[in-house]
Amino acid sequence: MPGLLAGFAAVVRRDLHLAWRRPGDVLNPLFFFAIVSTLFPLAVGPDADQLALNGPGVLWVAALLAALLSLNSVFLNDHEDGTLDQLLLSPQPLPLLALAKSTAHWLVSGLPLVLVSPLVALSFQMPARATTVMMLTLALGTVSLSMLGAIGAGLTVGLNRGNALLSLLILPLAMPMLIFGARTVSLAAAGDAASAGIYFLGAYCVLALSLAPFATAAALRISNE
Amino acid sequence: MAELSGQDLTLIRGNRCLFQGLDFTVGSGELLMVEGPNGSGKTSLLRAIAGLIDPDEGVVRWDNTNVKKNRQSFHALLVWMGHRPGFAGDLTLIENLRFEAGLRSMTMSTADHQLRRLKISTLVDIPFRALSAGQQRRVALARMCLADAPLWLMDEPFTNMDAEGQALVVDVLREHLQDGGLCVMATHQRFELDATIRRIKLT
Repeated sequence: MPGLLAGFAAVVRRDLHLAWRRPGDVLNPLFFFAIVSTLFPLAVGPDADQLALNGPGVLWVAALLAALLSLNSVFLNDHEDGTLDQLLLSPQPLPLLALAKSTAHWLVSGLPLVLVSPLVALSFQMPARATTVMMLTLALGTVSLSMLGAIGAGLTVGLNRGNALLSLLILPLAMPMLIFGARTVSLAAAGDAASAGIYFLGAYCVLALSLAPFATAAALRISNE
Repeated sequence: MAELSGQDLTLIRGNRCLFQGLDFTVGSGELLMVEGPNGSGKTSLLRAIAGLIDPDEGVVRWDNTNVKKNRQSFHALLVWMGHRPGFAGDLTLIENLRFEAGLRSMTMSTADHQLRRLKISTLVDIPFRALSAGQQRRVALARMCLADAPLWLMDEPFTNMDAEGQALVVDVLREHLQDGGLCVMATHQRFELDATIRRIKLT
């Protein structure tokens, strides 16, 4: 039997391959993020102080919603074409496969968001140091969201229109990240120490990475009954 | 000699009892046919044997060991062919099979031979969704042939198959049983097979 690493790699490679074949799924959340956060300065006006004040919050909310948009599809296609049954019946440990699915999801949805965010931050006149902090917090936040979101996606995979339910399930778990993430970037922009928030987001991320795959595996088993 | 058995299996879906106190045994080289009208619980029984759903009562045993004790090692012994193909539509046939080989033990060295035999060797570079329903079933059949698993669980394998495809199903099944494999199959199809066939009738 192929080893654990081979199983993990097979799932990640497959999902990246599929994303490459269906670029729309990757680009839609990214466009959403870019559009929302560039429209905002146009609406509130070009006042530099006000933009600097609102920027971190707006960027974080836009990123969170963009990441939520793509969560619904984590297991949906696999459920519809029967691949999910094959994954559930594979000799590989299901939490490992769930971790692989979440990892692939982050690579195609979270990572591009993090990479695009400095460009968007330009329109908020964010200082360079705050931009670095923002990228770091967004990276930690999107990893956590991909991990936690997979639990909700696993629970709602059998339901029609599970999207609204999924958001309701996941948003409460995402609130701490939003609060700490946006506040940390604000602090960095004001020139204050930002490490406390980064530590918190790091801890949250480690917690999500280590526990969420087990919850996702259990959720998939329940919803596939 | 491997043996799969179910004892006292009961499955209730909603308010309906699909089956109750069901016993079966199937050994190496034998085929277990699950028969019954639509909605009688054939697919549910197969899913319960595979461990996709938990039966409300009863146990499934492989060589007298409850399969729940170590699901993963039981999953290494079985391969599943359901209603849905279990392949990604946007990937090609060969990409899909290579992905499977990353998850489970498969003899990919015989892939060329098997694909030729199933008459799908010319389709390897076409996205899976572009194949016809019958061709998709043949790819699912290829998965069964390539997997190193003694237990085949097949849910209506003849659906969408032409006469040649149906003969191929019987062919590969005969070979699998002759090699000491086991098969549990839900089907309405009648076919000739020189092997021990056991039957379960669901109502």
